[in-house]
Amino acid sequence: MELTDAITRGVAKLSGIRLSDEETAAMTRDLGRVVGYFDLLNELDTRGVEPRAHVLQRVNRWREDAVEPSADRDELIANAPSRHDGYVAAPKTFEGGGSS
Amino acid sequence: MSGLSGGFMGYSALELGALVQSRKAGVEELARAALEAAASTGDSVNAFITLCEDYAMGQARLVQSRIDSGDIPSRLAGVPAAVKDNISTRGIPTTCASRILDGYTPMFDANAVERLRGAGGIMIGKLNMDEFAMGSTTETSAYGPTRNPLDLSRCPGGSSGGAAAAVAARAVPFALGSDTGGSIRQPASFCGVTGHKPTYGAVSRWGLIAYGSSLDQIGPIARDARDCAAVMSILAGEDKRDGTSAAFEFDDSTVINADADALKGLRAGIPDEAFDAGLDQSIRARVLEAADLLEDLGAKVERFAFPTLRYAVPAYYIIASAEAASNLSRYDGIRYGRGAAEPGLTLEEAIARARSAGFGREVKRRLMLGNFALSAGYYDAYYNKALQVKAMLRGAFDEAFERFDIILTPTAPTTAMKLGESLNDPLAMYLGDVYTVPVNLAGLPAASLPCGFAEPDADGGAGMPIGMQFIGRAFGDETVLRAAAAYQSVTDWHRRGYDAAI
Repeated sequence: MELTDAITRGVAKLSGIRLSDEETAAMTRDLGRVVGYFDLLNELDTRGVEPRAHVLQRVNRWREDAVEPSADRDELIANAPSRHDGYVAAPKTFEGGGSS
Repeated sequence: MSGLSGGFMGYSALELGALVQSRKAGVEELARAALEAAASTGDSVNAFITLCEDYAMGQARLVQSRIDSGDIPSRLAGVPAAVKDNISTRGIPTTCASRILDGYTPMFDANAVERLRGAGGIMIGKLNMDEFAMGSTTETSAYGPTRNPLDLSRCPGGSSGGAAAAVAARAVPFALGSDTGGSIRQPASFCGVTGHKPTYGAVSRWGLIAYGSSLDQIGPIARDARDCAAVMSILAGEDKRDGTSAAFEFDDSTVINADADALKGLRAGIPDEAFDAGLDQSIRARVLEAADLLEDLGAKVERFAFPTLRYAVPAYYIIASAEAASNLSRYDGIRYGRGAAEPGLTLEEAIARARSAGFGREVKRRLMLGNFALSAGYYDAYYNKALQVKAMLRGAFDEAFERFDIILTPTAPTTAMKLGESLNDPLAMYLGDVYTVPVNLAGLPAASLPCGFAEPDADGGAGMPIGMQFIGRAFGDETVLRAAAAYQSVTDWHRRGYDAAI
């Protein structure tokens, strides 16, 4: 199939990535060649083949739902680039909300 | 024992372990030697992102005192090692060679790192790689490219290029890499060393920063198959924190003791499609010579048709990119890593800004490719189709393994490329994975081992190493490494590449 700049822009938005017009054109060109190559798969008759997410047939694994120590709160929060009063600080999610 | 031309780091991992146990070398002495060797390759090879001297020397003291009190936890106790920088290390930055993880320090060790420490291994540093393991040259790293120790104008392969280069440059006798589509085997091939991609599930993925979760495996890169086996016996085993890890134990003794007799009666299959017209002539010649040698030593080598093989690369890039798009959606620049600096942004803007500045071009390509393949309207044509191809590929391998014990292919269709040659043509780079990605899609174990050198190039550069790949049945890691060790017991390609390193 043919990739267009409009498709590239839509996929960039889905990916949480901003692209300039120039980057968009370059990405359409690069991805277009790869997606064109993907069409090789159309040669292969896969009718009736069950898609396999995991190839080693395995059974579901159960374990006891035991309470165990997990992360230390301060250590965890220390990794956040922006912190406020012992919390991770994030930009406003809704208009009119709390401070960032 | 090998010569001392590279100092202590000229020895194999098993040799160093023996020196430690016989008190001919001290653990701290070895750690210091490795740190010095690693530092001296810093500017030229750039194999390391982080050297952790304090951690290494502290571990060395602990392990030496354990050994002094008669506690020898493994054959590799006291031996220095390095770890790819997508494997989490408590208190030591883990970057995935990406700007987006600037400032991030894990608060836990990966299972593989816990096991390495438990076995008395001494981690001296974290290794360079393609950003988020996406690349085949280690040029997409935010920390600059790693160079091939055998020819500094060439790449070491990728994405575990730092791991292969550090071993080839004798900074460490072994390293832990990761392999999603060839990232252990292809750089091992390019640097003239030996690498093993374990069966999916043989090694816990806990603490390995995810790229393609149905494909990712941690495994060893070392000087030879025996060292790889010794590392596998440390890494393999079930871990309740990785639901896909298997109750699999690896016994290294049959590999370590293997001689040429191990090849008697081995049934090796060679897919016709792996040697078709596009393959570099010197690679074809060296790999087929190796097959002849296997036959001379008593293996039964046979060609067979494997028509599904050519569909593996497109299926792999669809599946790996789709899983990456999902796995990497967690990077928002808010909870850890480098955030968007400007105040006043909305949440969505801040996340998009952090991701746009934090991810490099190849990561963006794959995230977008993955989101494309997963999006409404394209899902059946691409993602579902790729999962069907994956099932067919596994079926074709199952059929082949009814007749063969191993399958033999080149590891890569080329030798190490010049730096800068590949980055602008992603499709050409992806096609270089033709021999390695089928193995990940089918979840199988495979090793890459040196089998010769290419002709010297026109401008007088040395001929680069050529690697061949042995593929085995699921959980047949021991068969693969035993065959590799047997081949290495009668050949010296794995030492010649090593001796040629700068």
